[in-house]
Amino acid sequence: MTADGDQEPARGRSPSAVRAVTDAGRRTPWPLGVPAAVAVAFLLLPLVGMFVLAPWRDLPRILAETQAVEALRLSLVTASVTTVISVVVGVPLAWVLARSRARAVRLLRALVTLPLVLPPVVGGVALLLAYGRNGIAGRWLYDWTGYQIPFTTAAVVVAQTFVAMPFLVVTVEGALRSADAGLEEAAATLGARPVTTFRRVTLPLVAPSLAAGAVLCWARALGEFGATITFAGNLPGVTQAMPSAVYRAFETDPPAAVALSLVLLTVSVAVLVLLRDRWLRPGAGL
Amino acid sequence: MTAPSDGHPAYGTLPAGGALRADVGVVRGGFDLEVRADVRAGEILAVLGPNGAGKSTLLRALAGLLPVSRGRVTVGDQTWDDADRGTFVPAADRRVGLVFQDYRLFPHLTVLDNVAFSRHVRGGRRPDARAHGLEVLGRLGISELAARRPGQLSGGQAQRVALARALASDPRLLLLDEPLAALDARTRLEIRTELRGYLATFGGPTLVVTHDPLEAMVLADRILVLEGGRAVQEGVPAAVARRPATEYVARLVGLNLYRGAMTDRSTGRVDLDDGGRLFAAGHDPDDGGHVVPLPATRMLVAVAPTAISIYTRSPDAGSARNVWTGTVAGLELLTDRVRVAVDGTPDAIVDITPAALADLELRTGQQVWLTAKATEVTAYPAPG
Repeated sequence: MTADGDQEPARGRSPSAVRAVTDAGRRTPWPLGVPAAVAVAFLLLPLVGMFVLAPWRDLPRILAETQAVEALRLSLVTASVTTVISVVVGVPLAWVLARSRARAVRLLRALVTLPLVLPPVVGGVALLLAYGRNGIAGRWLYDWTGYQIPFTTAAVVVAQTFVAMPFLVVTVEGALRSADAGLEEAAATLGARPVTTFRRVTLPLVAPSLAAGAVLCWARALGEFGATITFAGNLPGVTQAMPSAVYRAFETDPPAAVALSLVLLTVSVAVLVLLRDRWLRPGAGL
Repeated sequence: MTAPSDGHPAYGTLPAGGALRADVGVVRGGFDLEVRADVRAGEILAVLGPNGAGKSTLLRALAGLLPVSRGRVTVGDQTWDDADRGTFVPAADRRVGLVFQDYRLFPHLTVLDNVAFSRHVRGGRRPDARAHGLEVLGRLGISELAARRPGQLSGGQAQRVALARALASDPRLLLLDEPLAALDARTRLEIRTELRGYLATFGGPTLVVTHDPLEAMVLADRILVLEGGRAVQEGVPAAVARRPATEYVARLVGLNLYRGAMTDRSTGRVDLDDGGRLFAAGHDPDDGGHVVPLPATRMLVAVAPTAISIYTRSPDAGSARNVWTGTVAGLELLTDRVRVAVDGTPDAIVDITPAALADLELRTGQQVWLTAKATEVTAYPAPG
C-alpha cells in the first residue's frame, strides 16, 4: 500500500528513477530508527518473557487445579452480558449523540465518554456511591426489594458496563456521524418512518462499526479489573473474573498467574485478529 | 379521480390524478423563498434557476423534508401543508417520489430491493413488493440490473434505478432534482431523450429542478424561472427562450438583453437604461399580431448574437437601422463559431464564423462597428 503510494508520483519515469525514489522514501534515518527500535523492544520483551518463563509443562495441571476454568467462564459470561447491554442501550445513545442538534448534547457526550479516561478504581468508588447499599440509588433498591448489587455477579457486569460501554458508544457514534443522512431522507420520501429507517437503512450501514465497537467493548470488559475489584470484590465463583484471578494468583502462586495470563493473552490476540482490518490499517483511527 | 395509469389493482396503488397547487413561503436563515407553482396532472414543470435561487428549498418543502413558513401545498384533494391551520404531512406520508441529484440509492440493498423498498416499508409483503419492483424495472428496460448493488452501476444506470425507485413508490407527485447533473456529457445526451419518455408514463404532476436551460426545454411542458427566491418568469419553453425576462435567462438562452423605455412607437425606438438606443421592429409570431406598446412603457429588448454584424471600418449606409461602435473586450472560441464580447453603448455579444474572424483580424481593444436590422431586434414589455 505504502509502496504504491510512493510510486504514484514517479509514474512515467524510467524504472531506475522509480527505484531511487522509493528507496529514498524507505530509508529510515537513525535518529528515528533507534528510538523506534527501543520502543519495539520495550513492548515486546514482556510478552517474550511470558512465553520463555511460562510453566509450559505444568500448564494443564495448573489451569485445572486453580480456579482458572471458573474465572474464565465467569469472565466470558459477564463480558458477553455487558456487551449485549451496551449494544441495547449504547446504540440508541450513540444515535442521540450523533443526530441531536441540542446544545446540551455536547456536554452529554463529554460525560458519557468520561469513563474512557477515568481511572477504573475511581469508577468503582463512584459505582459504590451510586448503587451501593447506602448509595443514592442503591439505598432505594435495598429499601424496596432487599436486594443489593455490590459483591454479586451482577456487580461485575455493572462495573464492566460502566467502563466498556463508552468504547461502543464512541465507535458507533462516529459511524453514524459519517453515515449519509441523505439516505435517511430518501427512506422518508419512500414512506419509511424514523424507526423503520433506523432499522432498515441506518443500522445496516453502520453494521461493520457496530461489530467493531461490540468486540472492543467485549475485550475491554474482559480485561476490566479496577472498577470490578472495588465494586464487586474478588470472590471465587461469584465475582472473580480472569484479571482478578491473575491478581490473586500472583500473590500466592506466581506460575499460576503466568498460566492465567497466557489464556488472556490468547484471547487478546484473537480479538486483534478479528479487528485487524478495521483497527490495524495505517491511518485508521478510533 | 382517475384510475392509475399503469392500471394495476394491486395493493397501495393510489389514483395519480391530482394537480399540484403550491403557494409557499420558506424562510431559512437569511434566505427567503416565495413561490407559487401549479402543475396539472400529467404536466411537467421545470424550475430553472441559478445556484442559490431556492430551487432545492422548494423541492425539499414540497417533499416534506422542510416545513413551510407560509402558504399551502395541495395535491389533488389532499392538503400536505397549510401553515395557517398548522397542517404538515411528514415526508413518509406524502406519497412523493423524489429523485435526488446524487440518487441516494441504498448501498446495502440490491437494485431490486431498492426499488421494492417503498412498498415493503409501507406494509406490503416482500414477494409482492419485489414483483412490483421487477415490473417497474421492466417498464424502464433495466430488469437485468435487478441483482446488482448500487456500487456496481454506472451513472446512467444509477439514474434510471433512482427514477424506478421513485416511480415504484406510487407517488402522487414526482420531483426530480437536477436529474442529469451528475452524468457525463455523453450519457446526459442519451438519458435526456429517454427520460422525457419515462416521465410521460407518469400520470401525476412532475416538477424538475435544473440549472440547465436545455434540460428544461427538452423535458418540460412549462418553465418557471426562479431567481433569488422569486419566480421571475413562467411560460412554455419557446416563449421563455424568445422573450427572456431577466439577464440570467437571456444569458442561459444566449441572447443580448437590454432594459429601456419605448420613446417612439412609430419607429420602435427604445432608449436603453445603460445608454444607447435600439430600433425594434421584430415581434413574436406567437403574439398573433404586432402589439405596439404605449410610449414610455418599460421594455425589454432582445437581440440574438448571430443577428449582429461586426465591422472594423464604418459600414456604408445599409439597410440596418441600428449602428453603434464599441471596442473588442474578448474573444472566445465556441464549437462552431467565435463569440466576441464588445464594450460599447450598449455592450453586446456577437457570434461570427471562424472564417469571418480570420478576415477581420480582430484583436482585444480594437474599435469596431456593430449593426443590427430592426427586424432582428425584439422589444416586449418588461414583466412586473
